Amino acid sequence: MPRAKIPRKSTNVDMTAMCDVAFLLLSFFILATKQKPPEVVQINTPSSVSTKVAKSNAIMVTLTKDEKVYLSIGDNAHKKEIIEGINKSQNLNLSPDELAKLEKEDFIGQPFNKLKGTLDLATPLAPARMDGIPTDSTNNELAAWIASVSDAYRGEDMDNLNLLVKGDNAAFYSSFKNIKDAFAKNEIYKFKVVTNAEGVPAGSELALHPPVNK
Amino acid sequence: MAELDTSSGGGHKKGPGVKKSPKKSTKVDLTPMVDLGFLLITFFVFTTTMSQPTAMNLNEPKPDKNNQLEVKQSATLTLLLGKQDKIYYYNGILTDPNSQFKSSNFKDIRQVIVDKKKATPSVDLMYIIKADKTATYKNAIDILDEMTICAVPPGHYAEVDMSAQEATLIHQTEDANGIK
Repeated sequence: MPRAKIPRKSTNVDMTAMCDVAFLLLSFFILATKQKPPEVVQINTPSSVSTKVAKSNAIMVTLTKDEKVYLSIGDNAHKKEIIEGINKSQNLNLSPDELAKLEKEDFIGQPFNKLKGTLDLATPLAPARMDGIPTDSTNNELAAWIASVSDAYRGEDMDNLNLLVKGDNAAFYSSFKNIKDAFAKNEIYKFKVVTNAEGVPAGSELALHPPVNK
Repeated sequence: MAELDTSSGGGHKKGPGVKKSPKKSTKVDLTPMVDLGFLLITFFVFTTTMSQPTAMNLNEPKPDKNNQLEVKQSATLTLLLGKQDKIYYYNGILTDPNSQFKSSNFKDIRQVIVDKKKATPSVDLMYIIKADKTATYKNAIDILDEMTICAVPPGHYAEVDMSAQEATLIHQTEDANGIK
């Protein structure tokens, strides 16, 4: 007797849809997020309730947790002027090649006497291996750098000068004070500090009376 | 005639008393999952923004030697930042270290700041912030953030250098409390 033929069903699951979703998510994240700016080392910044956003074309002073200070000039329009200013004022005698190399660097982190030597190296020195700009009270080289920065911005609207300080949580206050002193020597008393976003604590004065945005 | 039965599981080797179960499909339809996925994505796209590092404004007072800021003793609260996230504070001028010098931490200091703010007329209010050598950058930024959280208007708080007397007091308190 002919047996009832059971139709065979396939156990293959069609994965096309899943694949589509995966690629869509990937495209979304690639297009919607920006490249992180290059970092010297991992820095944990403190958090604050501020809601202002840090602009990207800023002059940033980085303070790492081992008290090293680096300078990064994000504003390419003034970078050349600032570097040439330092070359003149500190008599570094950098050749045009070396000046061009320095301009390409993301981070400046060597004391003046070592700057020429570092630029002449065949393989560029990683920022984490640099010594950092000295900021102690006897030799505050950061003050000279800031002097060059303020010279480059002279005659312009001072709002264009975006001075940022990015410090690690574990850095000591004395290093931060030295950075502030470098600014003070150049009569700069207003600057911004990079922080992580933090929610306003509930019930606090700021939460109850939020400032009116003009 | 004899036929090769290749149907899977179709082999009806029925033993006595075994019921035949109807064959169910093993094919999974993924359409609802894709719908859920898109719904979640749309939800996140509309309710979040890409997180950017925020920048906190820091206004340093101009050190003008001719125009030292005159403050009423009763209207000042001095906050001293010490080791291990501890804060010491006192009102006015330090005349009697034993009774006036108090210690606190970052959680409780908010209440102290708010109490002082309520008790003083806002014209005279002044918070003086001093940091020890052992205080961290995080402590300094956090205390300035507390000023913003408690809605202390700028110009009513200042960072200054610590005096030697205060530094020794802090060391004594730290030793007494066993803080290394």
